[in-house]
Amino acid sequence: MNGRRTFLRGFVSVLLSGGAIGGILKILPSKADAREIPPKGQKWYGFGVSVDKCIGCARCMEACKNENNVPREPFFFRTWVERYITRKNGITAVKSIGPNEEPTPETASDKSILRSFFVPKLCNQCASPPCVQVCPVGATFQTKDGVVLVNETTCIGCRYCIQACPYGARYLHPATHTADKCTFCYHRISHGLLPACVEVCPTQARVFGDLNAAASPMSRFLRMNKIHVLKPGLNTEPKVYYASLDGEVR
Amino acid sequence: MGKLFERFPDPLARLLVVFLALVVVGLVVVFGLIPKSMMDVNAQWADAVKREEARPIKYAGFHACAECHEELYATKKKGYHRDLSCETCHGPAKAHTEDSDNVKPVIPAARTFCPQCHAYNPSRPRGFPQINPVAHNPLKPCASCHNPHDPKPPTTPKECSACHGEIARMKAVSHHVQLECTTCHDAPQRHKVSPRSVRPSKPGTREFCGKCHGKDATDKRAKNAPKIDLAEHGEKYVCWQCHYPHSPEVEQ
Repeated sequence: MNGRRTFLRGFVSVLLSGGAIGGILKILPSKADAREIPPKGQKWYGFGVSVDKCIGCARCMEACKNENNVPREPFFFRTWVERYITRKNGITAVKSIGPNEEPTPETASDKSILRSFFVPKLCNQCASPPCVQVCPVGATFQTKDGVVLVNETTCIGCRYCIQACPYGARYLHPATHTADKCTFCYHRISHGLLPACVEVCPTQARVFGDLNAAASPMSRFLRMNKIHVLKPGLNTEPKVYYASLDGEVR
Repeated sequence: MGKLFERFPDPLARLLVVFLALVVVGLVVVFGLIPKSMMDVNAQWADAVKREEARPIKYAGFHACAECHEELYATKKKGYHRDLSCETCHGPAKAHTEDSDNVKPVIPAARTFCPQCHAYNPSRPRGFPQINPVAHNPLKPCASCHNPHDPKPPTTPKECSACHGEIARMKAVSHHVQLECTTCHDAPQRHKVSPRSVRPSKPGTREFCGKCHGKDATDKRAKNAPKIDLAEHGEKYVCWQCHYPHSPEVEQ
């Protein structure tokens, strides 16, 4: 009787010690377990945006719609450009610019502007993508070169991934009723071409390449600039890197 | 065997048979009828990648254009539009590379096209060439003065603006538009030959700006310039730590 009681007491105390449970069962995966580092020679694509170079001409949005058959309506975008205007009273206004808008002439007479700039945005192709985690049917997934794709034959159009994306990069395609998003122009990059938006950008504000390459426009971009990503606190580990990003941009 | 059945009540034995039948049907459905591809998510993803790779390409890329349009390519390569892809203005041209006789890329001639990049917009980077499309030669197509493959201002920039275009464009819309660069900078002739080893001078003191902006300024160009008391204004700083001389800010 005594022996059994001692045994039970010892057994329960071992069970209650979280460290032992964690150690034995590995309930909490460590950071290193969460993702494998891509092997050498494996492409691992990334994207760079120089905020200072963007002139807000919307050629990228136009090219993306042409290349990827994105619906023409002005609220479906795989990539878009936001215009930030911070005024001297400290209030920042953000507005998405439209493609092929006839530019309304502006003059330098508006002295209330403190600073103003354009920020191109697209799917961040996160290394830990929240959209992949939430998909109930495994229709959205990460390729081995780090691009997040949607399998439109299995997507059931539940919009869960659209809700889960902290960057608002997804939309429901009105014709197929499946989730759609930037693919880094997967059909182009797998044939050695640049994504359409990078191809047409007139000021080289957009850079694309393999993050594993020792010398490429992409690795040079990361070497030579002060880099920031959008919403780093969410630990999504975006692979779209921004140079000269203002703190107002989220 | 007979003894085993005797031990079960009859209804229970029937239930067992139904249950076994369900299990068999279930196994047949899972392993026999449902196609493998429907259960193997890796195979689905591999198919999706293949489908994605096979999508049609619309933009041919800048190398493709150079194969036929050598002359234009050579012209463009030397001008300010050298980093532009042909398809930035002419649109997707993959179809044109495959059937050049029947499919022609667009030639954007409308006056609304160039201003998409070159209309003045305060959000654009400083010094980027911009115009006011209303005031800038109204109704004339852009191409009547500028060659889009080798765009230049109608007059060749001379003197300082030939190299320091960004500063010149900034100064052109500022309150210092009337001042020559040499008002503030002494540029030795040899600066044009070896610009890095012989450099122009820059104003070094507060008193230099004070020649126009000091309260007792006598310079006749300074009649309408804002005036300050050098002794009280700005304390230990030199003027250009707060004011950018090429585009000085103004109080409203």
